[in-house]
Formats: sequence, structure tokens, C-alpha cells
Amino acid sequence: MFEETGPERLSEEVKTGTTIIAIEFDGGVVLGSDSRVSAGASVVNRVMNKLSPLHDKIYCALSGSAADAQTIAEIVNYQLDVHSIEIGEDPQVRSAATLVRNISYKYKEELSAHLIVAGWDRRDGGQVFATLNGLLTRQPFAVGGSGSSYVYGFVDAEYRRGMRKEECQQFVVNTLTLAMNRDGSSGGVAYVVTIDGHGTEEKVVLGNQLPTFFDQ
Amino acid sequence: MEKHCTDSRVKGVSTGTTILAAIFDGGVVIGSDSRASIGGEYVSSKTINKVIQVHDRIFCCIAGSLADAQAVIKAAKFHLSFHSVQMESPPQVIAAASVLKDLCYKNKDELQAGFLTAGWDKKNGPQVYVVSLGGMLISQQVTIGGSGSTFIYGYVDAKYKPNMTKAECLQFATNALALAMGRDNVSGGVAHLVVITEKGVEHVVVPGDKLPRFHDE
Repeated sequence: MFEETGPERLSEEVKTGTTIIAIEFDGGVVLGSDSRVSAGASVVNRVMNKLSPLHDKIYCALSGSAADAQTIAEIVNYQLDVHSIEIGEDPQVRSAATLVRNISYKYKEELSAHLIVAGWDRRDGGQVFATLNGLLTRQPFAVGGSGSSYVYGFVDAEYRRGMRKEECQQFVVNTLTLAMNRDGSSGGVAYVVTIDGHGTEEKVVLGNQLPTFFDQ
Repeated sequence: MEKHCTDSRVKGVSTGTTILAAIFDGGVVIGSDSRASIGGEYVSSKTINKVIQVHDRIFCCIAGSLADAQAVIKAAKFHLSFHSVQMESPPQVIAAASVLKDLCYKNKDELQAGFLTAGWDKKNGPQVYVVSLGGMLISQQVTIGGSGSTFIYGYVDAKYKPNMTKAECLQFATNALALAMGRDNVSGGVAHLVVITEKGVEHVVVPGDKLPRFHDE
């Protein structure tokens, strides 16, 4: 019998095939992401902000299945609000990362999302945590998403400890651009969030403002 | 790190390898790692040379099935030397690349091998060609291949500059191979590099302990 297959975007799972990155500098962290959400070969949202706030000075970067990632972020946002009222002060970044990890680990068979948690707290300053597959590890920097494979070499070569805030922001933008140029599932604009003791700053770098390389 | 299958089990293409070729001012550098592995679990050779000479100033790197690649190169060497005798001059780099391309295209159903061809000839100077799996032939200034290449696309895009000096290009190639070997578990060993210029051919082998180290090593 003949079956009618509707538009691909209705039958393919919506993924944030993505590039996300978070790095620590002396005094804070910088997070970055692209903005493409794809369902199969269609781009269903070309301007999605994948940097989601968990608390005033703690953000997470979403990758993998869009639904799973958003749900985890919302649940942890709620749990952190409750927790910060209970302790009477701002939560630690490690607490937020632990909450994300608990969900990722408990439901690891059903979920397919990877969140990178980064932020600033008074006790330990800027911190970046990776929570892939339910592990919890603090790292100086973390990359994730389908586009991250293409930039492992670049970040390995270029990352240095003790970069200043502006250098970190430029490093994040360069990395995102290189990944977006090579990964079909990453693209659009670059969102950059900088968190330090003074506050949180969100920035968008539009497509035509991204750096270009030798073959463009 | 997503569960990102770029290796031989899924595509049947790359035998754990990283290969690279880049043009600099006056010549070309072509290089590879030296690991041969079976199924990504056992390293069958730590020091295999994947840079193969097909003529005096023309070299190839192979990606894909080693058996297919060796068979194709054997046929290509024969065609090239015959062609060179007929033309009464050394073959052009594009001739070598075209011979490989013809073999790959006409036998595309049976073969699973791709090639980087790099060399120098009098007519067009230094050149790099890519012959892909199905038999596409394109010319590029810098190109990478093999399973380890996915990790260095960003590095190569950012760091390659046209018209580098020979020393800069050698450093660039060594760094790129070292970074790929650091992240890809089926690439490793030593870095084999060949520098081809008008004057001749120079082999450089960088052993594991002399490879550049990066921030976390």
C-alpha cells in the first residue's frame, strides 16, 4: 500500500545538532553556542539560544535532543531555586552541576542530551563542569555537540591557562565559527555569555560579524 | 563529545589514520601518522609508512582499505611510468592524480580507497589533489583525510596560511598531526612527513617523544 510521508520536519526528531563551549578564566567563565536546531535535513529554528540560565550566575549549554535538554534545564532551574531559598544564599556551581548530573545519570537510557554547566560563585570563582552520560567532572574548558569533533585540535592547541576575559570571548567566538563552518548541524549566529563576580553579560555575534579564514 | 561515529564501522571508509597535505611557498608537505590497527582494538603496526612515492616528485597518502589502496597504487605506478616514457618528461602531478581518479571511478563499486596526491612539476609548481571515494578529483591548497582528520578541521582552517615558508609549513603539519593523534585513538605512532620542492625530496620523521605537546600534556 502507498503511504504518504509528510514533511520531514514533522517526523524526524528535533535535535540541537550543535556546538557548545564553556571556558574558565581568572575571575569567571565564558559560554558560547551556535543557534541551529535541525530536524533531519531541515533547520527548524535558526536563532535558538542554547545557553539557558539555571540561576543568576549559573548557566548551562544545551546539546543533543532539544526536548530532553530543555526539560532537564527547566527541572534543574526549579530545583536550584528551592535549594537557594533553603540555604539562604546563591547556590554553588557544583550544586547545579550535581543536580544536572543526577538527572542525566538516573535517566541515562531514556535521555540523549548533554549539558555543560558553567558559572561563578563566591567560594571557587569561575567553574566549568561537564556532565556527559551522567559523569561529573570539573575542567578548565569543555566542548560539546556534533560540531565539537571538528575543533578538538584547535582548542587543544590554542587554549592557555590564565587568559583574560576578552581573550576568552574571542577564543570562544573563533572556536564556534570554525565548528559552524564545518558541521552541517551547527550554524546561524553565535551566542556568548560571560559570567563573573560583577554579573552576567549576554551577547549575540551575527553571521556577518563572525571571523573569516583563509579560504573564505 | 557526542557518540559520533566517524570510523570504519559505520562508513567503512577510514582505516584509523590521519593524513594531510599542504602547499607552501615553493613546495608541498605531505604527511601521515604511522598506526595500523585492527578494529580499533589492536595496533598491528606502530611504524607503518602511509606516504608512498609514485614518481620522483609525486607522493600519495592513502585513506580507506589498505588492500585496495595498495592495489590501486601498484597499477597507478605502472601507468605513470609508462606515460612518462611516452611523454619523454616527468609526469605532471595532475597526471598522477587523474590516473588514480580513473581507477577509483571505474571501479567504484568494488573499491573503498581515497587518496591525497601531492607533488611538484615544472608546469604548475607545487600542487595537492584529492581523489575521493567515488572518484571525484579536486585541487586544494591544504587538505586532510582519515578518521583523525575530523578533530583537526578547526585547527587547519584557523592556522593554514597560503605562501608560508617551508619551516612554518612543516611546523603546521607536525602540529596538526600531533593534535589528531592526541584525540583519535586509531591514529598514532610517529609522524611521517615528506617535503617536495623543485630541488628534491626530503623525508622527515618525528618520533613520538619529539612531537609537540599541548596544554594538558
